[in-house]
Amino acid sequence: MQITLTVNGAAREVDIDPRTTLLDVMRHHLDLTGSKKGCDHGQCGACTMLVNGRRINGCLSLAVMHDGDEITTIEGLGDPGNLSPLQAAFVRNDGYQCGYCTPGQIMSAKGMYDEFNKGWPSHVSDDLTAEPNFSTAEIKERMSGNLCRCSAYPGICKAIEESAEEEGLTTRKAAE
Amino acid sequence: MKSFDYVRASGIADAQDTAGRIIAGGTNLIDLMKHQIETPPKLVDVTRLEMTEIEQSAHSLRIGALVTNSDLAAHDTVRRDYPVLSRALLAGASGQLRNKATTGGNLLQRTRCPYFYDTTQPCNKRAPGSGCPAKEGINRILAVLGTSPNCIATHPSDMAVAMRALDARVEIESPNRGTEMLTLDEMYVLPGDDPSKETVLEAGDLITAVHLPQPPKGKQTYRKVRDRSSYAFALVSVAGIVDVEDGKITEAALAFGGLAPRPWRDGAVEDVLVGEAPSDALFDKAADVLLQDAQGFGENDFKIPLARRTLKAVLAELTGVTQ
Repeated sequence: MQITLTVNGAAREVDIDPRTTLLDVMRHHLDLTGSKKGCDHGQCGACTMLVNGRRINGCLSLAVMHDGDEITTIEGLGDPGNLSPLQAAFVRNDGYQCGYCTPGQIMSAKGMYDEFNKGWPSHVSDDLTAEPNFSTAEIKERMSGNLCRCSAYPGICKAIEESAEEEGLTTRKAAE
Repeated sequence: MKSFDYVRASGIADAQDTAGRIIAGGTNLIDLMKHQIETPPKLVDVTRLEMTEIEQSAHSLRIGALVTNSDLAAHDTVRRDYPVLSRALLAGASGQLRNKATTGGNLLQRTRCPYFYDTTQPCNKRAPGSGCPAKEGINRILAVLGTSPNCIATHPSDMAVAMRALDARVEIESPNRGTEMLTLDEMYVLPGDDPSKETVLEAGDLITAVHLPQPPKGKQTYRKVRDRSSYAFALVSVAGIVDVEDGKITEAALAFGGLAPRPWRDGAVEDVLVGEAPSDALFDKAADVLLQDAQGFGENDFKIPLARRTLKAVLAELTGVTQ
């Protein structure tokens, strides 16, 4: 089937079998191998990308269902030598060891900042109707869909905290 | 994954295709298709249908079947008037999955029983008549209430547990029966002789919305006990709504997850509570009634005392009794 996706700002036409996931379209059809295949079952988050601005698991998304959608992958954020604030903060804080989960972590954090800005609560929010605090506990809960088997979580959290304002987080920081 | 024909529905009639398997968020179905647990010859994509709105009226909240779990949990009215539902949704899955998973799809997700997922094993739900090794096998996450000799699977949804406590009704468009409004107890069937049949829905039936009645009186909470603090299915969960006036419980709605093949609600438990002054002894009586027919299968025996403690903790929280 012929579909058109807007990938990192550019219209891309692909002719695919309906079984093809968004993740496989990126990696196999468009040579965008930044998004990673970890578990391929929605459990690890390595394939996280933004679809129409929201973070999703690319491995659990049939590309034919996303005809016309806007996709942002890690390749859409920055380039070597011109890193996005979040990418630079991951480097600065050792937010990885092997690096395989990193594109998913970064795309998930991008989506999470937006969810904070919209005032979405989480499982650890004390008050469902209040503006959520940008606290470490909130970050950990909201990032639980991204596993890091090297366990670089302290660096990942620090990178996400450090670059939040540069990445456009507008919600109030927790008084910690 | 087995190959399939893909059809994008542009109206309800397209979706009422008796030869097609409906797909919306796909977070469970695509996984099941990758494992070849489900091998639909035809997928009908309903995501472009107009079922994405949450509409408020004087007497109810109508949640379109395509409202995502994220949007429902974050909806102002749900956060304010139905916090048990927000809490249940936020206790389930991950941020990424909640952004895709839909209200209708969440209700119809399949069990995570390890034997259902392992196609090398017998499973009466996946391959009717092949047997149920779970009863003598790995059953830590499986059911202690509502089981049959053929199946001890649990329903995995958190959202549905809160909806059960809230007396939600599911709006269904059926090509044969027209528009129906079913409670969750009417929609879900217990495993009995045929665990492959999980609901009364027939081929071509489409869930179009879920209706919540007016917000109940009293306090609401959702407590979920699981093996890790985030992104895990419930071992036991309790959705509780309790109103106390003049020192007595006047209304109580309690639904349970992780215990049974469907969100579990037992009116007899609520009858024990209503009209009485809340106390630790009363809560124990309610737990006695809930668990009188509970049966463990070895690894999951712990769920019986865990359900008692979780229920008592929820009742203490909702009534202000110190345990």
